[in-house]
Amino acid sequence: MEIPYTYKARPDTGLYNAKVGIWLFLASEIMLFGALFSAYILLRVSAPVGFWPDVGLAWPRGLLNIPIGTFNTAVLITSSVTVVLAWASLKMNNFARFRVYMVITVLCAFAFLGIKSFEYNDKFSHYVIRLQDGKALTGHIEVDGKHPRFWNFSDQWSVAKLATQKVTKIKVEMDPERDMNGHVKAHGSHDHEVREVAVSDIAFMGSYTPATHPFFAVYFLITALHGLHVLGGALVLGYFAFPGAKMWKSNPEQFINRIEVGGLFWHFVDLVWIFLFPVVYLL
Amino acid sequence: MQSTAPHAHTSATDSSHGHAHHEPGFFSKYIFSTDHKVIGIQYGVSALLFLLFGFLLMLVMRYQLANPGKAVPLVGPLLEYVLGQDVAKGGVVGGDLYNSFGAMHGTIMVFLAIVPVLFGAFGNYVTPLQIGAPDMAFPRLNMASFHAYFLGGVVMIASFFTPGGSARSGWTSYSPLASITDPTNLFDGQTYWLMGMVLLITSSLLGSVNFIATIIQLRCRGMSWMRMPFFVWAQFVTGFLLLLAFPPLEAAGLMQLMDNLFGSSFFLPQGLVVSGTPLQVSGGGSPLLWQHLFWFLGHPEVYVLILPAFGIVTEVISNNIRKPLWGYKSMVYSVMSIGFLSFIVWAHHMYLTGMGTKVATFFQTTTMMISIPSVIILTALFISLWGGSIRFNSASLFALSFLPMFGIGGLTGLPLGFNASDIFLHDSYYVIGHFHYVVAPGTMFAVFAGIYYWFPKITGRHMNELLGKLHWAGSLFFMNCVFAPMFIQGFKGMSRRMSDGGTTYFGGLGGDPGVLKLNNMIFWSAIGLGICQIPFIINFFSSIFMGKRATSDNPWQATTLEWSTPTPPPHGNFLQEPVAYRGPYEYSVPGAKSDFSPQGDKN
Repeated sequence: MEIPYTYKARPDTGLYNAKVGIWLFLASEIMLFGALFSAYILLRVSAPVGFWPDVGLAWPRGLLNIPIGTFNTAVLITSSVTVVLAWASLKMNNFARFRVYMVITVLCAFAFLGIKSFEYNDKFSHYVIRLQDGKALTGHIEVDGKHPRFWNFSDQWSVAKLATQKVTKIKVEMDPERDMNGHVKAHGSHDHEVREVAVSDIAFMGSYTPATHPFFAVYFLITALHGLHVLGGALVLGYFAFPGAKMWKSNPEQFINRIEVGGLFWHFVDLVWIFLFPVVYLL
Repeated sequence: MQSTAPHAHTSATDSSHGHAHHEPGFFSKYIFSTDHKVIGIQYGVSALLFLLFGFLLMLVMRYQLANPGKAVPLVGPLLEYVLGQDVAKGGVVGGDLYNSFGAMHGTIMVFLAIVPVLFGAFGNYVTPLQIGAPDMAFPRLNMASFHAYFLGGVVMIASFFTPGGSARSGWTSYSPLASITDPTNLFDGQTYWLMGMVLLITSSLLGSVNFIATIIQLRCRGMSWMRMPFFVWAQFVTGFLLLLAFPPLEAAGLMQLMDNLFGSSFFLPQGLVVSGTPLQVSGGGSPLLWQHLFWFLGHPEVYVLILPAFGIVTEVISNNIRKPLWGYKSMVYSVMSIGFLSFIVWAHHMYLTGMGTKVATFFQTTTMMISIPSVIILTALFISLWGGSIRFNSASLFALSFLPMFGIGGLTGLPLGFNASDIFLHDSYYVIGHFHYVVAPGTMFAVFAGIYYWFPKITGRHMNELLGKLHWAGSLFFMNCVFAPMFIQGFKGMSRRMSDGGTTYFGGLGGDPGVLKLNNMIFWSAIGLGICQIPFIINFFSSIFMGKRATSDNPWQATTLEWSTPTPPPHGNFLQEPVAYRGPYEYSVPGAKSDFSPQGDKN
């Protein structure tokens, strides 16, 4: 006996197997991301006051690049539209147009990941520094005339490491001044000022990475997990666009189903970002 | 085409032939099989081996509790040889090794033995047969699910051999205890534990999607929802529990992995001091967050451990009382209520964390509510016995003793569900007694009942009845001797977390030393319990080759669809398309030609 309803819909449920499967899978995914968002909320509301030095608040705000995030949102939404158009093109029996839309979708996915890694890079070289006199400053640092790079973990600096490498002074390209809500002040006191800081004056320094603050831990965990979903989705959709597309000849109905199922996953990935962007970037 | 076995189709031109394939090789037949029956057996054999391993860990721990600080006889030198001088010096189980065995006993029993044997083995083998399906909806996912499970098991076992030994923070892995790692040894037992869990969660995700999709989509003609055997209902609800409850633990596991590997502070508060030195972390995290995420899985997981057991017991009992099941529909609605309610009771594991009284009251109320549907199911099974002509064979004896044993487990849970009494009992042996009554004489008896019951379908041969009854009588006696004394110890306030069997605890507080002597009784009863499994092991293997041949495809004269397949069922299961003409438990129908009316028989 063959397994029934692999691509034909079962009459009483109106669904084929894979569609039931993907919806169940997405339900599970909602619980996964839901747990992470809940963790974010719990950590944020219970964060001790004065924990983040830059702002007088407990939780860092305004540290992420909103224009870039907005642009990335647009990229992802575009890909969500094109994946629907790809599926609709197949429904209208236009394979060439399907492939064009699918390629755009996959390109958008990789554009998203590229922009994301640019943002990551920025965070890895961005430091918060607490001085011995209690003052704090944030900005990009330069050690021996070099900016730290995120793909090189040995480029991560701490006070102890600076001391062992006998570095006496580092340069800090100061961030613009912020108000209590984390918004950049229109006329801050030190716009683009580069300050030299003696290592002996530094009590603590840490890059914008998970070890420095739970905010970054949450940010990197959720966005990296989301990024993995984008990558996985892009690979599967890319497979459908090229090597997997030969099924269009042998079993078009099942092929269209596959695109639909892949598209459902892609919309979910998009939807996670739609929640992620305001929660992590804007609020 | 999504074929069940890609190798089966040598010529793609002829799509009408499903069975004309040559004999697959060893690897494609036993290792990379996509047949739900082979995967079920793979799950069953692996899970039973893990079960034995978990049991042996427990024996070593019980020896240490009964004879604190003494070298373990027989096993001691082996431990010293395998795990090394610094871990098990002189064959003595020290505090660290005890903790490591405790954590791994729990993890192995819950995630690698009981759930796989219930859901993976029985679920895989029986569910598609009972709903009249040729296979699972996604056979290749099914295979992937088993492989992820097996790999997870390998990672867990491998963790024993990492420097520093396996995870030591209990099967619950509470942070900060589990997050305080040696920075020079990042890939320690805890990291292995987390990676193993991610694999196991992946496995259960693939499995649960597959089960639910199969039950929704692949029911044969006539198999309406209310004609499904109760076992299938139990698997269906279990599938949803696994699907929705496991991801939060995966999220928590990823966070703990970040804490341990990248120095983040998801679960580490500010100002944490370990052995006198402040911990070099940013802080700002919450240890309670881990507990919430863990128990959000943990409590549905308890029902994952018991619902399929209800299903198996229902099948065995309904067959052996030769009368219709009492209250089938109320059992179905009960199992659905349990599924829903199990998601909102988790914090009753956390009364000791100092939650507010209002929150405690909420969880106490939901906990009491969830006992109602459990009692309905048990009551329906008890009432079903009334007036039945009960056949006493090994399967039904195990199933029948499940009822009172689970009853004890369930009823002793009520004081733990109440906030006020739980605060006294929570850290005591009472909890161990309660939980093990649910899972050991409860779930395990259902597993044994299922093995004796479905063995003739799987192998074509019966298991030996005499050995089976010996196994049953011994297990029942010794299970109670092992777990009942724990209630006494718990009431006397003996802590459940001490590696020396409570010696220091009672010594310091002047407790009743008589309670400590019970440790001896428990140890020897556990040995007895182990000896009673020998008839089972002999029976299991010898019956595969030498057991009495099953006289027909339906030796128990059962009604459900799995008995209308050939024995053992071939690839694709049914010879003709099965049709369900009636409900699952139509025994002794007035006017019928025999005392059972199979679902698949038209007349």
